Amino acid sequence: MTNQPLSSSNPRVDLEYRRRKNAEEMRYQVISFTLMIFLTFVAFGVVAIKGFTAWFVVPFILLLACVQVVFQLFYFMHMSHKGHEAPSMFLFTGVFLAMIMVWAFMTIIWW
Amino acid sequence: MQAEEKLTYETWPASPERSTLEAKNKFLGFWLFLGGETVLFASLFATYLALKDKVPDSSHHLAKDIFELPLTLTATMLLLTSSLTSVYAMYHMKNFAFKKMMVWLSITVLLGLGFLGLEIYEFNHYVHEFHHTFTSSAFASAFYSLVGFHGAHVTFGLGWILALMFRNYKRGLNLYNAPKFYVASLYWHFIDVVWVFIFTVVYLMGMVG
Repeated sequence: MTNQPLSSSNPRVDLEYRRRKNAEEMRYQVISFTLMIFLTFVAFGVVAIKGFTAWFVVPFILLLACVQVVFQLFYFMHMSHKGHEAPSMFLFTGVFLAMIMVWAFMTIIWW
Repeated sequence: MQAEEKLTYETWPASPERSTLEAKNKFLGFWLFLGGETVLFASLFATYLALKDKVPDSSHHLAKDIFELPLTLTATMLLLTSSLTSVYAMYHMKNFAFKKMMVWLSITVLLGLGFLGLEIYEFNHYVHEFHHTFTSSAFASAFYSLVGFHGAHVTFGLGWILALMFRNYKRGLNLYNAPKFYVASLYWHFIDVVWVFIFTVVYLMGMVG
């Protein structure tokens, strides 16, 4: 990242390009925010209606939560950008251990 | 590039959060911390799931008796919106617009305070209405540990963002403080990530039974 080469001899052109790229990315952020709000309302709606069985509702809202977290991590926290190899490794190691822990507590320890 | 260098709109780098060695270290170290936080919260989630509705006798209320959807939905909307406003703040940081960044950070802090206020009201309501206190049952202990630990993260995040705002109020943006703002916003998003699982696993699954 140090002393990045400019893509053209005129720094203004590079600046304009970057500004537009930032604005475009911000649009994607707003779209993912809209989707996250939508997913939240669906999750609350499914529970509020009370017409569905727990066997459907529980896996369904967990799936919605996972989708929403993917949006949060990859868009809001920029994990889809370049240079996030080590962060991905750290986070997914954490997620892996998290799943083992929840699985262990729910199946072995209190039974 | 040096951290203390005075930069202008023209010379501001494309990724100010990773332009200096210090910034790169901060970025990497913070993600390692978030990996650790994931495990920490997982242990609290696991404990909650194992102890959910485990109460000594029938005089204690269960999850489905105490939770209310409208309150949780309002809190969720406040925190989710504050996540977007901190994205806006970082968008202006990348465009070297210090004042706009500060405005969006202020909105983020206000929304976070709203969330915290609702949580305090909620805990107070449970204690007085249902005698659902930290020591009343295994279920209550696990519930307050998990949700309260998240609330403590929100409090810390608010203090962190406010401290950065006050400290750099007159300084403006440079490569010394840009990574600090960026890392604080990552922390704020992570708080929202945890909340998504809390509202799903604790509140919604609690209402289902």
